[in-house]
Amino acid sequence: MNPFLDALLLQAGYNAALVAIGAALLGFAAGSSGTFLFLRKRALVSDAVAHATLPGVGIAFIVMVSLGGDGRSLIGLLLGSAITAWIGLLLIEWIARHTRLAEDAAIGAVLGVFFGAGIVLLTIIQSMSAGRQAGLEGFLLGSTAGMLFQDAVIIAIGGSLAVLATWLLRRPMTLVAFDSEYAAAMGYDVRRIDLLMMGLVMAVTVIGLKLVGLILIVAMLIIPAVTARFWTERSNRVIWIAGAVGGVSGYLGAVLSASAPALPTGPLIVLVAAGIFVFSLLFAPVRGVLAAVIRHRRFQARVHRRQGLLALAAQHPIREAYTLRLLRRDGLVRADGVPTETGRAQAAKIARDERRWDIAREVHQDVGLTGRYDGLTPIEDVFTADEIADFDHRLGGPVAVGDL
Amino acid sequence: MEPSLTHIKQPTIAAQDGQVTHPASPEADVPLAVSGVTVSYGEKPAVFSVDAVFPAKAMSAIIGPNGAGKSTLLKAALGVIPRLSGEVFVFGQPIEEARERIAYVPQRASVDWDFPTTVIDVVQMGLYRKVGLLGRLSGHMKARALDCLDRVGMADFAQRQIGQLSGGQQQRVFLARALAQDADLYLLDEPFAGVDAATERAIIDVLKLLKSEGKAVVAVHHDLSTVRDYFDHVFLINVRRMAEGPVETAFTTENLQATYGGRLAATHLDELSMTGGV
Repeated sequence: MNPFLDALLLQAGYNAALVAIGAALLGFAAGSSGTFLFLRKRALVSDAVAHATLPGVGIAFIVMVSLGGDGRSLIGLLLGSAITAWIGLLLIEWIARHTRLAEDAAIGAVLGVFFGAGIVLLTIIQSMSAGRQAGLEGFLLGSTAGMLFQDAVIIAIGGSLAVLATWLLRRPMTLVAFDSEYAAAMGYDVRRIDLLMMGLVMAVTVIGLKLVGLILIVAMLIIPAVTARFWTERSNRVIWIAGAVGGVSGYLGAVLSASAPALPTGPLIVLVAAGIFVFSLLFAPVRGVLAAVIRHRRFQARVHRRQGLLALAAQHPIREAYTLRLLRRDGLVRADGVPTETGRAQAAKIARDERRWDIAREVHQDVGLTGRYDGLTPIEDVFTADEIADFDHRLGGPVAVGDL
Repeated sequence: MEPSLTHIKQPTIAAQDGQVTHPASPEADVPLAVSGVTVSYGEKPAVFSVDAVFPAKAMSAIIGPNGAGKSTLLKAALGVIPRLSGEVFVFGQPIEEARERIAYVPQRASVDWDFPTTVIDVVQMGLYRKVGLLGRLSGHMKARALDCLDRVGMADFAQRQIGQLSGGQQQRVFLARALAQDADLYLLDEPFAGVDAATERAIIDVLKLLKSEGKAVVAVHHDLSTVRDYFDHVFLINVRRMAEGPVETAFTTENLQATYGGRLAATHLDELSMTGGV
């Protein structure tokens, strides 16, 4: 059978199935808990946090070895990475708060320093007798080869907790992301909510370290939320859609890498997520590029049609080819440019509406209504039938448009 | 903190003119009293040692030139930005204990209007404290949010994405969110800045109704020509307190000149005194 289908249906072996399920769970957790990071416009903090895990991995390994352990206990390594990631996070916060440096400078500094320290530690570990087989480089880009059932359980439990916490904290996090001043005025501790949000992101980063690696985990936190934003206008739904995008990317990425074993899992997951992002960017119904182009074209057509009809009513010649083409297509003018019966009728209606607007501006002092004139909005949308009847009464009887 | 420090008596606060004033006495019927409040960005005070008392059942305006610390004073009173010194009392209580009695309407420009949220969602934010973390928004609360939206004339817009609103409509939504809090003191930061005439009227109608219900309203205001029509009490600020009191006695040409310095055209002042009969 086709290796891709095998992997898709979890028939490509125990390890491949474990990786696919783990990646899907991780993707869901990362996508949903990354939502508020994106909405709070602090996406890059997650990159610094991810890089700040590396020294923790190294230190944890050294400590465990020096205590006589084997040093590769995943729980121990993850605990170590969580500690340095948290220190990095607090440091960014402290620098941004207490110095004149902006947050982006703090992110750059912390990311570089912690990652550098981590690399130095990994090099030292390489030279230790216990370190040769440690496989700690796997934390950089992720590795799935030796994934154990226990690893999947860690992702499942940690991921569920992260999603649950995101859902529980959605109201304060929404408030802080949308309007932090108002949140503070209501008595929310904005700093603590921000730290909680980052803490969630850090937790997901740590549990995803082994599978995706610290360099690419930021993509799993951010791309799903950015993608989800194309499909909804409500932050609560962004959480779930981002989770779904992340889950599908994780699963498909793992499946692809299982069916082509030479390809790495983490990068494939990110590429699948990027594919869904590009699709959304182009084809999302309201916010997508294609929808925007279509909307603009329709609007342009309305403007040209209206201008064309006004020109007909005023018996001005129409010079723009696009306008003429539109009017011809709609049967408003004949091929030789002479208006048809319908064309004349519609032109008369539009000319009359313009005069109604003139009256409306004289009668109504309220700019709230007459201010809605933009040349396109039908007068029937702004004024009631009896108001329009009143304008007509003031206008006098029907005015001939003039014969052409 | 050393335990002994808590026994030190409240220090008296030196006012701007060097005289020693009494700290604002925390009286329960005064909606908002600040005393000796200084706020500084870096080492330049934006607001220096300001005392102010805003009266109950009245509409008060905070007036002053650009950069005079109007919004800063409001935010410091709310505890949104930290104070370097001074105290704030809301209905006689420290601000931290009276949060549920205050509703805040921030400047429209302070938020990202492309945020994924709808008009009704924003209004419901005003209820978050009451709902709590785990609670569900009850039907009663949803009805209240919709009712608040209706009071600012925006009920038909409930499901719109907030980015699709005009500036005036955005301001109305912010006001509806504050109404949903059902507070006793409303603090507004430039509620009429950049809104259309219809919105300005809608907002002032709502605020006057609040006043008639016995609530206090304090607004940062920039349009001197409407002060007399809209407000009962003024507080003039230019980093320091310049004057305060009822509009009839405090909103005078002399006080305005002192507050604005040369920045207020003489013709403008004439106009104000003509209409107001100073």
